[in-house]
Amino acid sequence: MTGLRTAADVIAIVFLLLGSFLCLTAGLGLLRFPDVLTRMHAGTKPQVLGVLLIMVGAAIRLQGWSATWMLLLVAAFQMLTAPVSAHMISRVAYRRRHVRRDRLLVDELRSERRPDRVYRGDEPADAPPENPGQALAESRREERREDGAR
Amino acid sequence: MTVVFWLGYGLLGVGALLALVRLGIGPSLLDRVVATDTLLVIIAAGLAVHAGLQRDPTVVPVLVVVSLLAFVGSVSVARYIGGMLLRSTTDGQDVGLPESAEERAARDAEAGR
Repeated sequence: MTGLRTAADVIAIVFLLLGSFLCLTAGLGLLRFPDVLTRMHAGTKPQVLGVLLIMVGAAIRLQGWSATWMLLLVAAFQMLTAPVSAHMISRVAYRRRHVRRDRLLVDELRSERRPDRVYRGDEPADAPPENPGQALAESRREERREDGAR
Repeated sequence: MTVVFWLGYGLLGVGALLALVRLGIGPSLLDRVVATDTLLVIIAAGLAVHAGLQRDPTVVPVLVVVSLLAFVGSVSVARYIGGMLLRSTTDGQDVGLPESAEERAARDAEAGR
């Protein structure tokens, strides 16, 4: 390891530095942006592109199949899990009103109606109502009664 | 090569430091979750950069663990807050979650205007 001898090394190091630069932009964006959704936008830059670039760079430098497969596993895992966690966090953020609504151009989830009592969208996947059809019917009936009373 | 070392670790270090600042000042729990997530990704990236620059494959299994940990952490906190929201009819203030910082800031801004 005495220096930049081959073209592969140069490419790998360019990839590694680009990925590091994306990590810096993520930190900057986290600090500068105004609410949770925009901060997530900044924070997920290195989660996909940055990690991919760095994994490619490291795989070129390491030159072993075992290391390459493990780096590939990390990259694939990142690409699988980043949307899942982003979806869960942003859903809770919207529901908890950590969103600057005055900055939104389009807000398709805004509704003046009450949220549905049965499926509010925050349930853990293993805890649906015991009898979904009946619960939904009850909630609809209650809603109609309230509407009638008003 | 030394320049590359300093530049790579410098970029990663400043990024991690900024994420740490956001982790410290919040203002909301979800901001901290996002900052922790980003911080763990930057740590994983740092390990990979170290492995790549030193040609040292011993830290590669640690990478897998760190990237798993980031996912499990953020998802479990999101589900925890989601479970509290399940008992709430609005945005969680009636079950004990504090008012969100953005709401407060918007209200203050409107009051100041």
